[in-house]
Amino acid sequence: MVNRVVVGAHYGLRDWLLQRITAVIMALYAVGFLACILPRLPLGYAGWHAWFALLPVKIMTLLFLLSLFYHAWVGVRDIFMDYIKPFGLRLVLQSGVILMLLVYALWAADILWSI
Amino acid sequence: MKFSIYRFNPEKDEKPYMQDFDVTLQPTDRMLLDAILRIKAMDDSLGLRKSCREGVCGSDGMNINGKNGLACITALKDLKEPVVLRPLPGLPVIRDLIVDMSQFFKQYHSVKPYLITETPPPQKERLQSPEDREELNGLYECVLCACCSTSCPSFWWNPDKFVGPAGLLQAYRFIADTRDEATSERLDNLEDPYRLFRCHTIMNCADVCPKGLNPTEAIGKIKEQMVKRMV
Repeated sequence: MVNRVVVGAHYGLRDWLLQRITAVIMALYAVGFLACILPRLPLGYAGWHAWFALLPVKIMTLLFLLSLFYHAWVGVRDIFMDYIKPFGLRLVLQSGVILMLLVYALWAADILWSI
Repeated sequence: MKFSIYRFNPEKDEKPYMQDFDVTLQPTDRMLLDAILRIKAMDDSLGLRKSCREGVCGSDGMNINGKNGLACITALKDLKEPVVLRPLPGLPVIRDLIVDMSQFFKQYHSVKPYLITETPPPQKERLQSPEDREELNGLYECVLCACCSTSCPSFWWNPDKFVGPAGLLQAYRFIADTRDEATSERLDNLEDPYRLFRCHTIMNCADVCPKGLNPTEAIGKIKEQMVKRMV
């Protein structure tokens, strides 16, 4: 195949937008988490357990973690696009990161719902 | 005044080197280009581009003490000695301070930097209200000196795929033009992880622009247009 530069993938906006939205979600969670936890310190094991046993806390924490993983995906992919030139290697690395983040997401849900 | 200038003649030199010059200035020498022309009178093998000597043609873009700029509108009194002059970073060097701008202009052409219309032209001209014309201020003044694009790391890493700040500023100049009738195609053309979204908003472009323009802001407005048409 001729080694031509081909562009025009017709995506990019959604990831750029989601990177910003997930950043806002993470910021809100961080502020909300501190606002709820700081007045209750020290919590101890029983306190932390009771806190994370609440369903709204589980849902918000999972939303935070999913936001974190998606945010990380866009950021890491950007780094690969900037610095990893051989496209085969880039594909392998990107697939590896997707797989890793999916495992993290399932693992996070498993941990949260085992409390 | 002391200078340290990047020299490379691919026909003679194995690799680039820095050459020191000490030049006596005349009272009329106010801009960096005046001093470079004095140096060129001492050593006429020094290669550089220049033309209008007043910041309009965009020919003498170079890296001055680590920051890109136009030699003809850079005041000598503001420069720290020795003044280190290098070619614009990231582009292939043809000789000394002259770089190959092909890649830069290829990206510029890729955004179709001209008015595209479908409706038949009116008798006289396509009119704009003063408010609509106002939108083009800060966009049309670009002289294509490449100072911005060659200070952008995203352009260094992907000059063949990322349009770069200069090209994107021109892209927005026609997206913002109320007389243009190809806005949707223009946005389609830029909706690409490389062409537009390599910009990570580090603002080197706005920092170096000799004309005081802000490509980062224009890039933000392109993204805003894309979001508007999506949601």
